[in-house]
Amino acid sequence: MATKTRRPTAVEKKLVGIADVVISAAQRRKDPTLAIPVRALSNITFNERRGLLEMGKRKQARSFFNMAMAKKFMQTVLVADALAELQRANLTTSLREIYYRTKHTIKNSHENTLDTQDESDPLIEDLEVTLEALREELHVRAENAGSIVGPLVLVDDGDQVNCARLGKGGYSVPSIVEPEYLQIRRCTADFVLLVEKGTQWNRLSEDKFWRRYNCILLTGNGQPPRGVRRLARRLHEEHSLPVYVLVDNDPWGYYIYSVIKQGSINLAFESQRMAIPKAKFVGLSSADAESYGLPRNVGIKLNDKDIARARELLSYTWFAKKPWQEEIKRMLASGLKYELDALANKDFQYLTKRYLPRKLKEKDWLD
Amino acid sequence: MASKTSSRTAKTKSSAAAKTAAARPRLATAPAKPAAASAKPAAAPAKSATAATLEAAARKPPVAKPAPTVTAVEMGARQRDISVSEFFTKNRHLLGFDNPRKALLTCVKEAVDNALDACEEAGILPDVVVRLEVVAQGETTPPASQATRFRITVTDNGPGIVRQQIPPIFAKLLYGSKFHRLRQSRGQQGIGISAAGMYGQLTTGKPVQIISRTSARAPAHYFEVQIDTKKNEPRILEKKQITWEAPRGTQVTLEVEGRYQKGRASVDEYVEQTIIANPHVKLTYVTPEGETKEFARTFEQLPASPREIKPHPYGIELGMLLKMLHDTKGHTVSGFLSGDFSRVSPAVGEEIVKTAGLSPRARPRDVHGEAAESLYKAIQTTKIMAPPTNCLSPIGESAILSGLYQQIKGEFYTAVSRPPAVYRGNPFVIEAGLAYGRGPEAADSGAAKKDVPLAEGESNDADHELARVIRYANRVPLLYQPSACAVTRAVLDTTWRNYGIAQSRGALPAGPMVIFVHMASVWVPFTSESKEAIADYDEIHKEINLALRECGRRLGAFLRRRERAHSEFRRRNIFELYIEEVVDSCNRLKGGRLPTAKLKEQLQTMALKLTGGNKTDQLMGRNGGGPEGLPHSIIVTPDGVEGAVPPGAAEKTA
Repeated sequence: MATKTRRPTAVEKKLVGIADVVISAAQRRKDPTLAIPVRALSNITFNERRGLLEMGKRKQARSFFNMAMAKKFMQTVLVADALAELQRANLTTSLREIYYRTKHTIKNSHENTLDTQDESDPLIEDLEVTLEALREELHVRAENAGSIVGPLVLVDDGDQVNCARLGKGGYSVPSIVEPEYLQIRRCTADFVLLVEKGTQWNRLSEDKFWRRYNCILLTGNGQPPRGVRRLARRLHEEHSLPVYVLVDNDPWGYYIYSVIKQGSINLAFESQRMAIPKAKFVGLSSADAESYGLPRNVGIKLNDKDIARARELLSYTWFAKKPWQEEIKRMLASGLKYELDALANKDFQYLTKRYLPRKLKEKDWLD
Repeated sequence: MASKTSSRTAKTKSSAAAKTAAARPRLATAPAKPAAASAKPAAAPAKSATAATLEAAARKPPVAKPAPTVTAVEMGARQRDISVSEFFTKNRHLLGFDNPRKALLTCVKEAVDNALDACEEAGILPDVVVRLEVVAQGETTPPASQATRFRITVTDNGPGIVRQQIPPIFAKLLYGSKFHRLRQSRGQQGIGISAAGMYGQLTTGKPVQIISRTSARAPAHYFEVQIDTKKNEPRILEKKQITWEAPRGTQVTLEVEGRYQKGRASVDEYVEQTIIANPHVKLTYVTPEGETKEFARTFEQLPASPREIKPHPYGIELGMLLKMLHDTKGHTVSGFLSGDFSRVSPAVGEEIVKTAGLSPRARPRDVHGEAAESLYKAIQTTKIMAPPTNCLSPIGESAILSGLYQQIKGEFYTAVSRPPAVYRGNPFVIEAGLAYGRGPEAADSGAAKKDVPLAEGESNDADHELARVIRYANRVPLLYQPSACAVTRAVLDTTWRNYGIAQSRGALPAGPMVIFVHMASVWVPFTSESKEAIADYDEIHKEINLALRECGRRLGAFLRRRERAHSEFRRRNIFELYIEEVVDSCNRLKGGRLPTAKLKEQLQTMALKLTGGNKTDQLMGRNGGGPEGLPHSIIVTPDGVEGAVPPGAAEKTA
């Protein structure tokens, strides 16, 4: 095996540490146990000073000689092994390929190590938090699920990408945008507009909104993937661009905004590298229906899940500011949610020509 | 094994009406009957009536034309007798002849029931041959699945029938020995075989052929009879003495329109189920396809002969009481009570008379109206012993076990006979049995199939088949109308989940399981004349439930024991399997420089300590022995059979 004399990376060393846990426990006749930080709301604190979600110190023990955990333990070690293999070969891969790489039938049995990808994905997140390694550092990437367009020049694998000259389609944001992989050569924009949905991003791109208002248009097609969040954060940090977020007016839209701003509950430890505490919420606000004259019939009735989710948001400390409480309560009181697409009811270009210009002029946003 | 509830015919509803019509043919009104004969005399007055209305119409403006009126005299002229045979010719579905497939089954069933009843009553171990043949149509003989006409021949080794009785038995409805007695038998009403003959006559025009011989010294008689439906009397087409190879017995041949189709509620299923409940019968079945199936006798003991009993006072209705009062030979009411009923001693009889406020010397015939009613009430309020139960002949736990074990492959068998109980004054016994599993061979083949690694979305779970319920009344399998039957209902509302069997709400329990339920009674309350479902009396339902629960408890104990052993085994197995994986992964993580054998050994010692070591072996082991504490049960494992295996069965499985 060790033919090449290559220095193991820091992450690789951490992964090998998992094996050491097993070996040393076995020598001491102890049950091999991994301490995995708890990834749940109960182990999250909102750091108001920094405006970030931070992971607490609570950990759960995953032991091998426990009927309920034995399989998970075995799978964790398997996934660690696969990740170490990636490190050695210096390759990146997807969550799904990790699943296929680690799946096989256990010797002398009819049992598979893993049955579905749903079993391996959380294990990777477990390892991320346990080893305090980012997913990118583990060489696991997500799909390229975001687009960017605007007065911006990037360098990707040595290729210059001028995002002002990529037509309507823009540049597809890769999953790993760390400076080693993607450099920002030049940026002349005044702000970043992060749009929840591809449809509205396309509308703005087609109407060359970015040219008139000198901004960067970003979308993540729903919950923005890490690449998009990280890139927005870098633009915010390295070029001091304010970030504005445009999402649907429903609890999920609010949550998307909060993930961009403070980080997610599941991977709170990453928020220090992803979160943009100064991001602003431009819309759709529950007040917009009235101020922009959206007819009631383009609204959608809140269902039980929406209502439950909205109540949950009300209880999160990072939504405790008065304007936010009012915003969410107004939505609950109206009993309606609005999609961004509903603006087309007034005019196909209403978003570009009326809505956003007025919002930006009036500085009508929430913090 | 999957059994599904069949769609119900609308028969149950009409059966009550049919019963009263059959019982009181004289009182029945005309509308159902063909008016061909009465058409002529009625024609003349009808004409004059129309003429009158025409005149009336001419005089008055034609506003509302009155309907042609019929006088009471004219209506009276149309009233006439309906014979039972005519009634059942028109309503043959009431007797189970609604479609050709069912008709074929009903004919076989009636003939076999009669044969078995006769043999058992005469104390002869039955030896029955059932032969189904396709009747050629012209030159060609269609294949069995296409054929529409069949010849059914049922031969038994019973006592035979005396010459004079042959025609009425086979060609007169409601003629029989069983209706007037309270005695457990398959047949009850004296309709079955003659109805089958009538059906044959109706669909093929062929008479019933009978050969019967009462002893080796007596000659064999051959009869061809038909039923005169108008009079409900036999018509003899042919009678002669013939030579017959069998020394004793009866052979019936019917030619009927039918359809032979295998599967649920088929003749084949009937034969198989009959054998399960009657392991003392030797049965040979020749299918229409020419295959001969031999079912050997596996239980060499004839069921105890049931005794005839008098009715129990709790079980009769007022009308019946009036009739008995009228017909009795007793001189006093108390004498009538103690003489014509069971469990009424002279003292109890006098007590009833006293409670009813009747004169001790009153003659039964003079008790009518209010007096009879108070007598009836007095009977209900007086405490009378439950009816005797020696009149019943249950199959018995060992015979049920034997039957199930012979016919159904499984891993666990059990049987329960309940003590006798009473509904409406009729004693009855409920017996239940259970066969669970697919048999050790099936379990092995299942394991072999699992050798292929599973892809995403695949699972090892077997198809979720539901239990099959097989129902019997006086040893006769009931194949139709499962959902109308007290048995099915009791199976449904037993909570099988308590015994480790999955059951969806309102559904049969799930699993490879056959549930056997038998009701033995002097009078089984069927929901219709075609005897397809047992009426849901509370007392019956409760007894079935109790029997099923006992079966369930034993099955639960069996399953739990097995599960415990499996899970201990699995526990250790899991650690052992995963240790391999973990050690391999660690080795790769360490760049292949790990002393794997040492690590593996360290982990394995820990695993063994944690899973109880040798104790598990004992739990799993062969020293478990026997169907522990489970009475009347058989457990089949790949290593052998434990429990009350019938002696005849040993060589069959070997």
